[in-house]
Amino acid sequence: MSSHSNAIVAHKHPSDVEGAKIAMWLFLFTEVLLFGGLFILYAVYRYQYSLDFHLAATELNASLGAINTVVLLTSSLTVALSIEALRRGNRKLSLWMLFITIVCALTFMVIKYFEWSAKIHHGIYPGSETLLTASSGEIVFYNLYYAMTGLHGIHVLIGMGVLGGMFYFIARKPINKEAINYDVVERIRGGSRMAVLADDGRELGDVINIDDKVERVEIKVIYENTPEKFDPRNEIKLENSGLYWHIVDVIWIFLFPLFYLII
Amino acid sequence: MHQPTHTHADDHAGGYGIYLKVWLGLIVFTGITVAAAGVDLNSAGLTIALALLIASVKTALVVYFFMHIKYEHLLFKLMLAVCAITFVIFIGLTFFDIAYR
Repeated sequence: MSSHSNAIVAHKHPSDVEGAKIAMWLFLFTEVLLFGGLFILYAVYRYQYSLDFHLAATELNASLGAINTVVLLTSSLTVALSIEALRRGNRKLSLWMLFITIVCALTFMVIKYFEWSAKIHHGIYPGSETLLTASSGEIVFYNLYYAMTGLHGIHVLIGMGVLGGMFYFIARKPINKEAINYDVVERIRGGSRMAVLADDGRELGDVINIDDKVERVEIKVIYENTPEKFDPRNEIKLENSGLYWHIVDVIWIFLFPLFYLII
Repeated sequence: MHQPTHTHADDHAGGYGIYLKVWLGLIVFTGITVAAAGVDLNSAGLTIALALLIASVKTALVVYFFMHIKYEHLLFKLMLAVCAITFVIFIGLTFFDIAYR
């Protein structure tokens, strides 16, 4: 049974791994250009208000920024290990690594929450009275700080959601529903019967006539939940999720020195 | 089992070890970034340039190893190059404008 159904799965979904990956990379380029616009804004204002940027940056907690950098780099490692483990068929290790990645993402957001809370507590947030009395360079610095780390934070949250979804996909008993498309149903209508054949040709279970009343044929394939057998399409899904997560990491690699380490 | 997801990335022999080494390198470079920020280079431009250089090296490590660009087709590398060059042109032209106002 399993070999037959697998063949159908492969046939109905000629798994275009390369195509899926190219699509993901194209999306990542739009992400790079999205943040790139903000980085250009940052660069121009830092050029114009270098002293104000320096003063404003001393308010930020460089230690927390550094810890968050290490947290994100580590999460990048674990998601890469998770992909490698899944590729080698080690589902358990893959899930553990994915779990650590999600915990790192959560840690990052908790630290970010404390950083932002401290700033807001001191009255430093876009449009606050304290900030409006500051120099225009400092106002620009903090507006950019909130905009860029905020947008990055949203990406971390989305990444957490995506990786959480992947955890579910890999952990659950894989079920594939495969629908035979309308053209095929039309061609086999009338004179066709559908049955499951054993290797020796015996028909197993119910035999279904594909007559005029049949509109759609759905085949449900349930894989056994063992380390060796899992939905092979999870690999490319996890790989693309990993690519997204790495981009989130790369953006932080630039945000950290540009906001926290200005002398 | 059935394996329809064979790609270039399957060909590499690196394994878990290479990822750990890359991670270690990234942590070391983070340390260097923090240390370099404390050094007074007598020039704000030089300090930024150094920070950006280290960040670029870290990015290259992530993209090359973690994101598997090392094992991908030439097409992926070309697409990446187009994106990077586009961005550099944006930054370059912006500063060409700003610097000569």
